[in-house]
Amino acid sequence: MITEVAGLIDEARAFAAMEIRPYAATFDEEQQISAGLIRKMADKGYLGASFPAMYNGLALDAVSYGLLTEQIGKACASTRSLLTVHTSLVGEAILRFGTESQRMNWLPEMAAGNKIGAFALTEPGAGSDARSIVTAYRRHKDKYVINGRKKWISFAAIADFFLVIARNGTDISAFIVDAKSPGVSVVPMKGLLANRAAHLAEIEFCEVEVPEENRLGKEGFGFTYIVNTALDHGRYSIAWAGLALAQEALEAMNAYSIQRKQFGRKIFLHAPVQAIIAEATTGVHAARSLCLRAGSMRQTKHKDALMETIIAKCFTAKLAMKVTTDAVQVHGGNGCSKEYPVERLFREAKILEIIEGTTQIHQEAIAEFSVRQYGMR
Amino acid sequence: MEVREKIRHFITANFIISNEEADVSFEDHENIFSLGFVNSMFAMKLLNYIESEFGFRVDNDDININNFKSVDNMVLLVNKMRGALT
Ligand SMILES: Cc1cc2nc3c(=O)[nH]c(=O)nc-3n(C[C@H](O)[C@H](O)[C@H](O)COP(=O)(O)OP(=O)(O)OC[C@H]3O[C@@H](n4cnc5c(N)ncnc54)[C@H](O)[C@@H]3O)c2cc1C
Repeated sequence: MITEVAGLIDEARAFAAMEIRPYAATFDEEQQISAGLIRKMADKGYLGASFPAMYNGLALDAVSYGLLTEQIGKACASTRSLLTVHTSLVGEAILRFGTESQRMNWLPEMAAGNKIGAFALTEPGAGSDARSIVTAYRRHKDKYVINGRKKWISFAAIADFFLVIARNGTDISAFIVDAKSPGVSVVPMKGLLANRAAHLAEIEFCEVEVPEENRLGKEGFGFTYIVNTALDHGRYSIAWAGLALAQEALEAMNAYSIQRKQFGRKIFLHAPVQAIIAEATTGVHAARSLCLRAGSMRQTKHKDALMETIIAKCFTAKLAMKVTTDAVQVHGGNGCSKEYPVERLFREAKILEIIEGTTQIHQEAIAEFSVRQYGMR
Repeated sequence: MEVREKIRHFITANFIISNEEADVSFEDHENIFSLGFVNSMFAMKLLNYIESEFGFRVDNDDININNFKSVDNMVLLVNKMRGALT
């Protein structure tokens, strides 16, 4: 790693230790990350970390951006999900498919934290089968008009704009919608299992007018290119998010195992505890290799980068669930108490197997890839 | 390999396995998306492949299913982009 990037990652680690980790439990309890933290992250450049410098970004390559995501994600999953949604899903989609004027208009403001973006695809009746969305748009003179309802939208409760995916007959298109537009109503979602501080909300669109220049990409390209690109970047972010949770849980279980004594010995010295730690360590190292591999394949634009990213996401999400469960086990009763961070890590891990495509949906894609790659002798 | 062969090879390597596998064959002018052997991520994979294999970035204006729907059209696109680069 070049020294400059290594320095940035060290700085992010220190930033997370100072500004995020000590408050993560409070964010979770209060069900919101603070505006102050978002401002500080913007000031550090993290909100535009992967954007080119000409859009006020840090121009990090895929691997470096992954390492940054890991540092934030280790400290607080909800805070990390701001990077996933705002920077990876929305930012990268605008970067790839925006016109130059859309890029200039949105990306520097996003990097500066002046405009927070949310990605509005899922609906009450359309999750994995995202093509079945019913939120509708129609053209009216030089505008579009949107009607419908989105659900489970991270950061929608505080976002300045949404990237809304809507349909007109068989055409699916994407629109940048100002959150303050007349006809938009946002209802925060509370009492979630995890990602509780990520300002999730439902959004209702009632005759919401969107200027033509806010359509992202061509009409009819919303799913094929924009959703797929956004989710590809989102999955890459989640791959690192899974590694982050697993790494944090691994560190917690190790530290606890040499501090807690039972039967007159540190619990680390009991062989079954060592087996748990050994397995978790192996899994975390494997997950790191997969994330780094996906990252470097993305950098070289390898033809299988998209699949390798899915494989990494699927693996680290599952591993995060396993390692955080084991971390709770090593903590015994204490692992079930919010006095100990592993309780939160355990809840957060579950989300990763659901978002950006569920494990089951990804397994289907991986199996198809596998039979082509390894089944044709 | 020629551009045409490379593209054909990439497409067949990405067809999903189906009951009709034995019948999978297609002509260079046929619309591959209407054959039913590709999944929802295929269009994106194809765009990434064309860009990485032939070393250019497809402009937003050219990201158009029409340019990617058949081998013939993709060959035209690659040749056009290559012409623009030289
Ligand atoms: C914390 C959180 C944050 C989120 N943030 C966002 C956001 O910012 N923007 C956004 O648009 N969405 C967001 N979502 C929504 C998320 O993307 C969906 O929950 C996810 O796509 C799954 O859809 P679903 O919940 O409708 O589950 P369903 O699709 O109903 O799936 C239910 C179960 O059925 C299985 N299943 C479904 N179809 C198949 C199949 N063909 N084969 C095998 N198994 C299948 C699934 O794997 C799953 O186990 C968020 C969700 C959560 C929990």
